[in-house]
Amino acid sequence: MLYAILCYHDENVTSNWSAEHDAAVIARLKKVHGKWADQFKPIARLMPSSSATTLRKSDGMVLDGPYAETKEQLLGFYIVDIRDLDQGLQIARDLTEANPGGVYELRPIMGYYPDGAAAAHDTDP
Amino acid sequence: MTRTPDPSWIEARLTGARPQVVAALLRYFRDLDLAEEAFQEACLRALKNWPEKGPPRDAAAWLIMVGRNAALDYVRRQRRLTQLPPDDAAFEGAADQPDMAERLDAADYRDDILRLLFVCCHPDLPGTQQIALALRIVSGLPVSRIAAAFLIKEKAMEQRITRAKARIANADIPFDTPGPAERAERLATVTAMVYLVFNEGYTDANPASERASLCDEAIRLARLLLRMFPAEPELIGLLALMLIQHSRQNARFDKDGAPILLEDQDRKQWSRRMIAEALVMIDKAMLHHRPGPYQIQAAIAAIHARASRPEDTDWAEVEALYRALEHHVPSPVITLNRAVAVSKLHGAQAALDVIEPLAAPLDGYFYFHGVRGTFLRDLARNDEASDAFGRAIALANTPAEAGHIRQLLDGL
Repeated sequence: MLYAILCYHDENVTSNWSAEHDAAVIARLKKVHGKWADQFKPIARLMPSSSATTLRKSDGMVLDGPYAETKEQLLGFYIVDIRDLDQGLQIARDLTEANPGGVYELRPIMGYYPDGAAAAHDTDP
Repeated sequence: MTRTPDPSWIEARLTGARPQVVAALLRYFRDLDLAEEAFQEACLRALKNWPEKGPPRDAAAWLIMVGRNAALDYVRRQRRLTQLPPDDAAFEGAADQPDMAERLDAADYRDDILRLLFVCCHPDLPGTQQIALALRIVSGLPVSRIAAAFLIKEKAMEQRITRAKARIANADIPFDTPGPAERAERLATVTAMVYLVFNEGYTDANPASERASLCDEAIRLARLLLRMFPAEPELIGLLALMLIQHSRQNARFDKDGAPILLEDQDRKQWSRRMIAEALVMIDKAMLHHRPGPYQIQAAIAAIHARASRPEDTDWAEVEALYRALEHHVPSPVITLNRAVAVSKLHGAQAALDVIEPLAAPLDGYFYFHGVRGTFLRDLARNDEASDAFGRAIALANTPAEAGHIRQLLDGL
């Protein structure tokens, strides 16, 4: 059976990690990824929440930042390969027509590893 | 779940909570020194309590309560009054106090932190002191690190910060909740200061130096502000601009610390991760249709970041954006930059025509004579080019700048 493990943490803390601390965490995670390599499907590390844009489906309002209300629950997500934010919003508006109500949060992915654990490391210099 | 978080986790929590906590304590006490001392005291107690009892759910709220009580306790003891109850008892009761619940509201944090940064930008303080103060008070950098970044002795920096604090202690700190216009004004001032912090670090050739780490601090401050003001296009633009400039960190200097021109940089060394985030931020800013200088500069930087080779640069777009930037902030330096784009588009003569009116205002400016020299060289007016390069060398700010022009001179 397929499960999504959603990762939450306080950005005030994670954005204050030093490069060394970040690297140490990644190294520890890689070990775990390796241990469960058969279980890990695509892995995605998201950009900071400040890079998020939220589309309110009821009135089509585009809002800066992540979706912060707690009244709604996370029901699913799409991973899309798009040209830019405009195209992402177009897709979200099309989805809204098919399925009104609630919101879509568009959040860029910083690292995406479709092959899961085997490829989950950062190649940025 | 484990009840004993490792110490580095606690440290990250304390660093992360610092701006919020010091800012709230400043609102209570209206005294920067007392606010800082209260924060220090709260941190000491956190280091003692958290490993035993586990971390609180809201670290910032815990630190504000404990810091406030510790400082009140201290103030009261000074007046020989009774002590307050111990930390945890005081904190448990906090939720019952409507006053406290209101004060810990996120909307308050926003104006608190803005105020804390704004206080550091006091117009009586020169730019370098504003930066030092913000790094000390908001980012919580130790004085030794700030001193190293400014290449002065720790004691001298200590005195500089003390003097800066004394100066703002007597000034009027605005404690009322700001109106929308005032808030926007404060945000603009603070945004400019964050970019000052960045530029202070940007000049250093060694990416591992304390000075260069100021770029990271500036980006951190911008992120902090953005979490509270997510819909400010200029703030979004500034983050994007800094990310793109910082993405070139490993490509901007050669082994000897001499700067490498943009067109000569190894673009594979640019951080794609920072560029990707910057491009997203520019997209977001543009949705607001409220362009400003930071957004336009970010857009110019993005054109270079998008080009995988210098010859792929969209110079027409660069020229148009510099024109827009001139419109927002008329300045001969911006016109000079536009002239470089003009030279790529229409040749050196057209570019020379653009900069001819700048000769008087930019006569003492190194880059003007360097750029003018290259235009003249491209037109094969070698004698004039040689004169221009000579002027540039005389005005160079660093040996590396002079060395670069000397190479051009030798190439004539």
